[in-house]
Amino acid sequence: MKDDEYIPFDLGQSENPVTLDRREFLKLLGGGIIVSFSMGDLFALQERQWGRAYPEDFNAYLRIGEDGRVSCFTGKIEMGQGVVTSFAQMLAEELDIPLNIVDMVMGDTALCPWDAGTFGSRSTKYFGPPLRQAAAEARAVLIELAAEHLRTGPESLAAKDGIIFMKKDPAKKVSYAQLAKGKTIERHLEKKPAIKHYSKHTISGIPTDRLDSRQKVTGEAKFSGDIRVPGMLFARILRPPAHGAKLTSIDTSAAEKIKDVQIIRDNDLVAVLHQHRDVADEALGLIKARFEEPEVKVDNSNIFQHLKESASDGNVVAEAGNLGEGKSLSNQAFEAEYYNHYVAHAPTENHTAVVKIEGDKATVWASTQAPFRAQGEVARVLDFPSQNVRVITPFVGCGFGGKNQGQQIVEAARLAKLSGKPVQVAWSRKEEFFYDTFRPAAVIQIRSGLNSSNQIVLWEYHNYFAGSRSSEPFYSIPHHRVLSYGGWGGRGSAGSVHPFGVGAWRGPGSNTNVFAIESQIDIMAEAAGMDPLEFRLHNLTDERMKRVLRAAAEKFGHSFSKAPSGKGYGIACTDYLGTYLATMAEIKVNKRTGEVRVERVVCAQDTGEVINPEGVRMQIEGCIVMGLGYCFTEEIRFRGGRILDENFDTYEIPRFSWLPKIETVLVDNPELAPQGCGEPAITSMGGVIANAVYDALGVRLFVLPMTPARIKEALAKEQGSSRDKSRSSPVSLL
Amino acid sequence: MEKTTSFKLNGKNVRLTTSPDRMLLWVLRSDLALTGTKYSCGEGFCGACTVLVNNEAVLSCQYPVQNVNGKEVLTIEGLQKNGELHPLQTAFIQHNALQCGFCTPGMILKAYSLLLKNPRPSSREIVEDMEGYLCRCGSYNRIIQAIQNAAQTMKGRIS
Repeated sequence: MKDDEYIPFDLGQSENPVTLDRREFLKLLGGGIIVSFSMGDLFALQERQWGRAYPEDFNAYLRIGEDGRVSCFTGKIEMGQGVVTSFAQMLAEELDIPLNIVDMVMGDTALCPWDAGTFGSRSTKYFGPPLRQAAAEARAVLIELAAEHLRTGPESLAAKDGIIFMKKDPAKKVSYAQLAKGKTIERHLEKKPAIKHYSKHTISGIPTDRLDSRQKVTGEAKFSGDIRVPGMLFARILRPPAHGAKLTSIDTSAAEKIKDVQIIRDNDLVAVLHQHRDVADEALGLIKARFEEPEVKVDNSNIFQHLKESASDGNVVAEAGNLGEGKSLSNQAFEAEYYNHYVAHAPTENHTAVVKIEGDKATVWASTQAPFRAQGEVARVLDFPSQNVRVITPFVGCGFGGKNQGQQIVEAARLAKLSGKPVQVAWSRKEEFFYDTFRPAAVIQIRSGLNSSNQIVLWEYHNYFAGSRSSEPFYSIPHHRVLSYGGWGGRGSAGSVHPFGVGAWRGPGSNTNVFAIESQIDIMAEAAGMDPLEFRLHNLTDERMKRVLRAAAEKFGHSFSKAPSGKGYGIACTDYLGTYLATMAEIKVNKRTGEVRVERVVCAQDTGEVINPEGVRMQIEGCIVMGLGYCFTEEIRFRGGRILDENFDTYEIPRFSWLPKIETVLVDNPELAPQGCGEPAITSMGGVIANAVYDALGVRLFVLPMTPARIKEALAKEQGSSRDKSRSSPVSLL
Repeated sequence: MEKTTSFKLNGKNVRLTTSPDRMLLWVLRSDLALTGTKYSCGEGFCGACTVLVNNEAVLSCQYPVQNVNGKEVLTIEGLQKNGELHPLQTAFIQHNALQCGFCTPGMILKAYSLLLKNPRPSSREIVEDMEGYLCRCGSYNRIIQAIQNAAQTMKGRIS
């Protein structure tokens, strides 16, 4: 396993999850049949993913209530990605119940099974199988109970829509609700029932509308900032002007004069609390503080040099053959360097947490992708045992990897303890841009070579801080070596390569890698005299990848020609943790302004078995739109530890007018277990657009984002170099 | 100095005494506990805090509470009539025109104000009108479809 597959966190805390005793559990839930199922499968899958063991008494639960409704408990959270619907579909399918009687209970540490967190497009892939198994087992238990009730053998019974009936005499029936009434029964089956074959599915695999829409269009949906606890105070926290800055003096006298304001000072934490958020804001503005800032060493202009100089020893991510031999086999060789700036998550909902402490127990409502991790963090800061901390995760308003860390939760917990009141911390947009764990700036160097039959025979890949995901070659390349000199992780400024926190950003590592890889592939395609689709197919032996490329091409409808064709067509493909996809784009560039208009994007994706086709399409569409941001505008401007972008006025994210026509193709592959789909399609966006820009202009952009200024600069350079024949191309021969 | 402000909120009369310079967003969210109106950028760059004041979409994070005196305010909580969803709400559901849902109340209310002025907007007119409204999940295409679909259903009868 590669180092950057991990979300770095303290597993010591995770090994003591909340385990409620049965009585306490029943008290929380009321009556009903509880089917407890072994998480053996999940354990095994996660074990392979995480290389660590979960506690053995780790169980996930579903509940069939007396009212016939079925609750599904998962430690995963809903942040827009749609598992609130697809999990319910999986459960309803296996349990033979209608979808509309499922209630999802998500990310509540007191009710839900332990979970590492919601990230890495892992929810359906890893939680799905044990959930299905649990539902199948619950159904089998209910059939056993019905057999006793109807005084017949289980084999003579069938279940549909929550009703169990005699196959020969459907009038003899009993509902799940009738069986559940007044009883609390726990059974384990000795023999695990099989889950249904996909061909029998009537709920899973069917396009299904989001189950949370009604709440979200009426304003009823609660996010963490919407939690109101009696006596709750809103906290605003004094922040340094730059990462690494130290407080040297402070004067809170003016702020103290505001009515009902409470000022807290505890070492590094200075906060003002008030029952109204805006009054706390006003008070914070009255605090006079001075800071000493560290010397500025890096900014946007020298960050790439800095990263290369900060490289640690390389880890080999993938290797085959012998580079020397690859070089000698090469007729043409290519060398290029690709750069990617820091990018913000910019979630619509700011990091927010509410903490209420009563005696030796704490309740936390937090916008987090990792509630169980937050539980451990709060327990540590309050010095409570983990089981005395309950983290409840309301709806989360975007995450993208930016809500794996729980800084705001820890802040709220400390302030709740210090003030003796329930406290809400909701970051301002400026704090959001300051404490974001940005997608790291990164540098990729590639040397590659083609033989006389236009096969890629050499691939030497040096990765500085992007993270290694999606960097293993999926093209058939006999001699390759992929090295990583530092992953995407790393927090804070002290001793870190980065002047501020960086972390996982939707498709961590992959966005940068696919941009570099697929740009390099296009460079070679041109040198081979082939069109970029033909060249890819020529160098692929992976039939699955060829299939998604052909599916995308069919939908795209235009044929590619050797670039630059002037048409502005782009192509990129990738394998993101088992999900295969190919993206094609059609763009127009205004040469005078350097502005790019993306007219159309087609994405074909093979995600294995699809649970909710509508949900997968929504994720692909969202990925494409969000991806346009890092293609064209998104770049955090900074000077040392100072973040210069503080809001959406200077940090531009995609808006209505940017929209291309988007078409999605779901490549049918139900024999393959469900793969992830929240991230894959965003990772191809840098590559497909850079290739389309080249096809339009004959100018290659090696830096993301491809701002109008950079495009104009590249055009001017190209015009200059075509006058000066000594420099024909930014790509030099080895 | 505190002042009394009277206005109609989702059809009900409201009277509250507070500092007149406070932004409507915070009065709604913290004093009145109407949390459907969202705080996101806080500076008028994203649209998440949109409410209607006399049927005009305003950014409540930039709108002092004294300005609503004597006016009618509609928030997302007030859009349903007798428990029935407004056609815009229904269309957002039908088109899955949302993911995380945090920008949704602002999107719907902005669309509502657009349809009041222009009952049959073209997609270009929708884009122009909604350009300042941000959806990080990228549901824009579906939002446009939902607004057009709602416009068709309503046949010019917005409220």
